[in-house]
Amino acid sequence: MNSFSYNKAYDVAEAVADIQEHEQGKFIAGGTNLLDLMKENVMKPDHLTDINRLDLADITENEDGGLRLGALVTNADTAWNVLVEQRYPLLSKAILAGASPQLRNMATNGGNLFQRTRCYYFYDTTTACNKREPGSGCSAINGINRIHAILGTSMQCIATHPSDMCVALAALDAKVNISGPNGDRTLEFADLHRLPGNTPHLDTNIAQGELVTSIDLPPGNFTKNTFYLKVRDRQSYAFALVSVAAALDMDGDVIRDIRVAMGGVAHKPWRRRDVEQSYIGKVASTENFRELAETMLTGAVGFGGNTFKIALAKKAIVRALNEALKTGENL
Amino acid sequence: MKTQYIGKPVSRVDGLAKVTGSAKYSADFKVEGMLYGYIVSSGIAKGRIVSIDVSEAMSLKGVLQVFTHENVSGLPWFSIKYKDMDAPTGSPFRPLHDDKIVYSGQPIALVVAETFELARYASSLIHVEYQEETFTTDLVENLGNSYKAPSGKIGFVQPKSRGNAEEAYEQAEFKMSGTYQHGAEHHNPMELFSTTAIWENEKLTVYDKTQGVSNCQFYIGNVFGLAYKDVRIISPYVGGAFGSGLRPQYQLFMAVLAALELKRPVKVGLTRQQMFTFGHRPVTMQNVALSASADGTLESIKHEAYSETSRFENYTEIIVNWSGTMYNCDNVKLKYDLVGLDMYTPVDMRAPGAVTGAHAIESAMDELAHELKMDPLIFRLKNYADEDQTEGKPFSSKELIACYREGAEKFGWTKRSIEPRSMREGNQLIGWGVATAAWDAFQMPCRAKALLSIDGKLAVSSGTSDIGTGTYTIMTQIAAESLGLKIEDVAFKLGDTNMPLAPLEGGSWTAASVGAAVKGVCEDVKKKLAKMAVKTKNSPFYNADTKDISFDSGMLSDMNDGSKTISVVDLMRLAGVNSIEETSTSGPNPINKMKYTFNSHAAVFAEVKVDEDLGIVRVTRVVCAVAAGKILNPKTARSQILGGVVWGISKALEEESKMDHQYGRFMNHNLSEYHVPVNKDINDIEVIFVEEKDDIVNPLGIKGVGEIGIIGVAGAIANAVFHATGVRVRNLPITLDKVLQIAEDDHNQVSV
Repeated sequence: MNSFSYNKAYDVAEAVADIQEHEQGKFIAGGTNLLDLMKENVMKPDHLTDINRLDLADITENEDGGLRLGALVTNADTAWNVLVEQRYPLLSKAILAGASPQLRNMATNGGNLFQRTRCYYFYDTTTACNKREPGSGCSAINGINRIHAILGTSMQCIATHPSDMCVALAALDAKVNISGPNGDRTLEFADLHRLPGNTPHLDTNIAQGELVTSIDLPPGNFTKNTFYLKVRDRQSYAFALVSVAAALDMDGDVIRDIRVAMGGVAHKPWRRRDVEQSYIGKVASTENFRELAETMLTGAVGFGGNTFKIALAKKAIVRALNEALKTGENL
Repeated sequence: MKTQYIGKPVSRVDGLAKVTGSAKYSADFKVEGMLYGYIVSSGIAKGRIVSIDVSEAMSLKGVLQVFTHENVSGLPWFSIKYKDMDAPTGSPFRPLHDDKIVYSGQPIALVVAETFELARYASSLIHVEYQEETFTTDLVENLGNSYKAPSGKIGFVQPKSRGNAEEAYEQAEFKMSGTYQHGAEHHNPMELFSTTAIWENEKLTVYDKTQGVSNCQFYIGNVFGLAYKDVRIISPYVGGAFGSGLRPQYQLFMAVLAALELKRPVKVGLTRQQMFTFGHRPVTMQNVALSASADGTLESIKHEAYSETSRFENYTEIIVNWSGTMYNCDNVKLKYDLVGLDMYTPVDMRAPGAVTGAHAIESAMDELAHELKMDPLIFRLKNYADEDQTEGKPFSSKELIACYREGAEKFGWTKRSIEPRSMREGNQLIGWGVATAAWDAFQMPCRAKALLSIDGKLAVSSGTSDIGTGTYTIMTQIAAESLGLKIEDVAFKLGDTNMPLAPLEGGSWTAASVGAAVKGVCEDVKKKLAKMAVKTKNSPFYNADTKDISFDSGMLSDMNDGSKTISVVDLMRLAGVNSIEETSTSGPNPINKMKYTFNSHAAVFAEVKVDEDLGIVRVTRVVCAVAAGKILNPKTARSQILGGVVWGISKALEEESKMDHQYGRFMNHNLSEYHVPVNKDINDIEVIFVEEKDDIVNPLGIKGVGEIGIIGVAGAIANAVFHATGVRVRNLPITLDKVLQIAEDDHNQVSV
């Protein structure tokens, strides 16, 4: 790996100031993805700002009844946090569906948002990849693309976002709090990750030098009827072929509110609020779920190896929503 | 004599060393002044290196040399010098030999530096300009260029046809035909390949990860023009190999090259990515057609296989021959062709060929049983082969019926309903499948040495290897048993070319081959002791008959008079002998080998649960009943079978090295994307060893258990998936998209 400088920061201001001095600087927390990428020469930061000493490792209650997840809380501590389990079981389930216990013990909430894709070509520097090297081409479009995206793709890139946690955060309408050289700002989760378009090298709308300090979860009624379904090629330690974060707020048989977010199908967690809204006030039935799934997959395009995902995603949505309904029955 | 150790579940004698970390693997050896090498791999599949600029790498302080084809010279021109004991026919790959690129991932440079990190960094500064040539790596696209698999690789036997399978097939009432395929697989042992080479006083000492120290000695001696006696290879522990360590791997060449040139110790290891750049289980396409009469009698077997190999070597394995011996059938047509592609030569991988062939023939048997509306186990019993029809010889022993019976009983097979999709729990479809496995029970010539010291301790050695299989343990058991010593007084050593010559550790022949040598040499020592006992004055056995002396727990005693005893230690003292040393050779009995076929067998029963909507397959139960002669150690043997079954599950459902034919390159070259089972994928596995007495196969009556556990598993699972879903997935791995029949690039499946 390349030589790089390294500095430990002790508060947010110091961390943000430290990284401004380096064009290619990166924050490092758990390092579960960044270090691999550095060893493979995929990412070559000239500087690492170590943020592990920052005071961002707590989960606290917000005044509105929601929760604030510190950026440095580990994925494991978040998943097993009692308040998270009680109020956002969907998030707990999604986190525990991801990676392995060892990785979840190291990986942080902030870092999880910035995971890079697991596209084979992104990791192999001998191949063309627009995400790694803009303008070099996309090998996956005509290559091995079983694990690739079917929605929101561009001819530049068909990579997926690999996170499970982010799928649940998208479903839950989380907000991301950011500190930067020009002060603090907040992003809606839906605006955090980008579609590849002509700039597949950009995963998020966070600028170089900005630091995610926490994630806010709004209060809500998605506690009873939620389910995270992860369909993958083995029972653990595999990225999702398709995952579905499903949440229902029920009034008897009638849907008061509904959330459906998909992972493994796009460059970002895939949600269609417009589709969700059209089912508010309708009966929660397999038939309606099927119809919803069809609409959710509108515009999906396969590239050969991943074409099966279109049919699979529909089945997965129906299953996840039905399981979410059942989960409520069991409580 | 009562059995004290053989057949007992003795715990691994090297277990403590392994779990406490004192067992040193090849990468653990550190020498003062050691340098580190890092290998640069080719990014293209075919062409030539126009230029390779190492100046930037060389300018770094601490980088000593970058070896490339441009500065390596003086090595043999003729490729025959690069042949190793497991080489197939052809012309072996010569690292850094010239500017030609023959496969993606080919080693093209070695950076040697003071630290590993520096060597790795320097490697990223090497700029290579290639001239690319067109290449092809797709087996199916190149079937038109297939050629008959040539003889020449050790152990390979040409398939033999008999009768008229075409005609019988045409006339038969019930028939099936299908094409089966599996993806490429890489061995991926946990331990990466690593070599440390030390050149000192005109002698070379090499710590290597290998399944055959003498093979590496032979190879290095020939390639670098060194006398074999000046090359010592040491490999005491191997963290898994599965066949990948049968041939010397290129890091060995690199480490020795650098050590000889730089006159300093050099360590070179491969990365996980580079573990995908030599030898793999070849993609194989198999066409099988079977026919039977209405009563289930097999009328014909047609089995042809097309396997990939490199452009420079003809890798062969026994795939289709099994179809001629597993079942009774008068009309058998077998064919085995190779297709040369722009990739590295495949290499033996656990149960090479058999696991491939068994998947196809055992799936086909299930398909025909379905056509016949017969229970697939009854169908197999109906066509049971009492003798080896291919060779016209009896088996030395064959307790496969016992495997079927005991396995079926344990599994509860009789409760199986015959129709597909007839068993379910909610949205989980349940399926039960069965398959048969067979493997050769080889024995190879082997030497062993025994040294009995005056303190009563016995050291036995042979230059074999223990790739995690339990060689240390079972050889210690055999030695203790043969000489009547306590097991704690026996130490078995292996993995050093200073030890007596042993065969490559593979083919499931180590227990039989090394075991026979160990038994033989211990019996020689025993004879010497007995002779000493009757010749030494003051010995209680003075002038007695040696036949009356028994050996137990370090004591000699009179079989007729229990009070007459002397310890080995006292006897040697009395005789004034400080030590007894014997070396002996053992080998297979050629007459028996001519008269009989030696095979181990197994029956595998598998239960799967398949999510009806999502196609997810889980293997919830496996029973593997094995007939492999005498089981030396049921504990280590069971572990071998468990490992085989787990790998069979992997092969059936998960494992595949994905080749991108745009690049001619395996793309999922890491353990995150190259899937093998995780704990959650593995449920109940039951291992049964059926009683099988065999006095013919070898003096210990053993057949080896290294391969037999994996062979039938993929077939049994594929059959269970069919039983559960009614969908016959003929291409491995059986992924959920194939089960749901929504895979766009896989049409090789049928449903009922």
